[in-house]
Amino acid sequence: MSILRFFGSNRRASAPVARERLQILLAHERGLRGHPDLLMQLREEILAVVSRHVTLDPDKVIVRMERGDNVSLLEVDIELPNGIENRLAAIA
Amino acid sequence: MAKVLVVTSGKGGVGKTTTTAAIGAALAQAGQKVVVVDFDVGLRNLDLVMGAERRVVFDLINVVQGIAKLPQALIRDKRLDNLWLLPASQTRDKDALTEDGVARIIGELRTGFDWVLCDSPAGIERGATLAMRYADEAVIVTNPEVSSVRDSDRIIGMLDSKTARAEKGERVEKHVLITRYDPARAARGDMLGIEDVLEILATPLLGIIPESQEVLRASNIGCPVTLNSPASAPSRAYVDATRRLLGEDVTMSVPAERQGLMNRLLGRRAA
Repeated sequence: MSILRFFGSNRRASAPVARERLQILLAHERGLRGHPDLLMQLREEILAVVSRHVTLDPDKVIVRMERGDNVSLLEVDIELPNGIENRLAAIA
Repeated sequence: MAKVLVVTSGKGGVGKTTTTAAIGAALAQAGQKVVVVDFDVGLRNLDLVMGAERRVVFDLINVVQGIAKLPQALIRDKRLDNLWLLPASQTRDKDALTEDGVARIIGELRTGFDWVLCDSPAGIERGATLAMRYADEAVIVTNPEVSSVRDSDRIIGMLDSKTARAEKGERVEKHVLITRYDPARAARGDMLGIEDVLEILATPLLGIIPESQEVLRASNIGCPVTLNSPASAPSRAYVDATRRLLGEDVTMSVPAERQGLMNRLLGRRAA
């Protein structure tokens, strides 16, 4: 046992990591409770706004969320069909 | 006044059925009239853990559908006179469980028993929500492990919003029961500690059940662990938890396995 402990001494205890991960995750999940479909709803609304100006393929709209300790990143990835640059230029 | 207690967890395999059987038997031994109800429709197991699998004739769904009367479906324990089982259905569709049907059965059971223990299925679907629907109290069975703690947190949120009590603006009294706890691993820093779990879940502790081979031995035999090996560490922990449910003030501890003389002389670790 003592030999095992000696060799394993530089291995970090895993429980504090578990605790920290849970605290961050649950703080986020508790905030979302009651709005489980927030991302879906965002996706729908963004799609509706962009569709007013551009014809697009709903499957090419990707909404991702990356959670951090202090801030989260909402990433919206919309693939537009070719030729759209000219129309955008015309509007401008 | 009867108490309806749901044993729930969200995550599967953490010890809900073991806990329902163990606390049910301990309450009965303390002189309470107890019924344990299996809500895991389609995957019933409480009958097996209680050793009553060969005596099931009618089940919960039969009673919900009016095919059988409640007394016909109740199975009396062979060891304890005041302990009864209402089994779940093995074959029927889980949608056969209706909210009205469950309300009626729980209402009937309230008039005949001191304690109605509802063994919830895993998950957050219909079976789990119906098992907690009419509860006065809840035991949230949690392993000191990230996925179990996360799911317990989710279930606590549901107990506070989706139960009949919550909808009336009342509270379901919640208790966390930590099972499969290994003090040695926690001391090494490789298992979430009791304080970690309680701080994260912000819910009072009912008891700490140490990891033990006795739990598997008891289910192999078909006997609640509190009856099968009353002196074992998990049994003593379950009995302490049961006394707390009954309102007694019992000092919190993690019972350790008592070692035999030979094992102690040889320095073997207890099972």
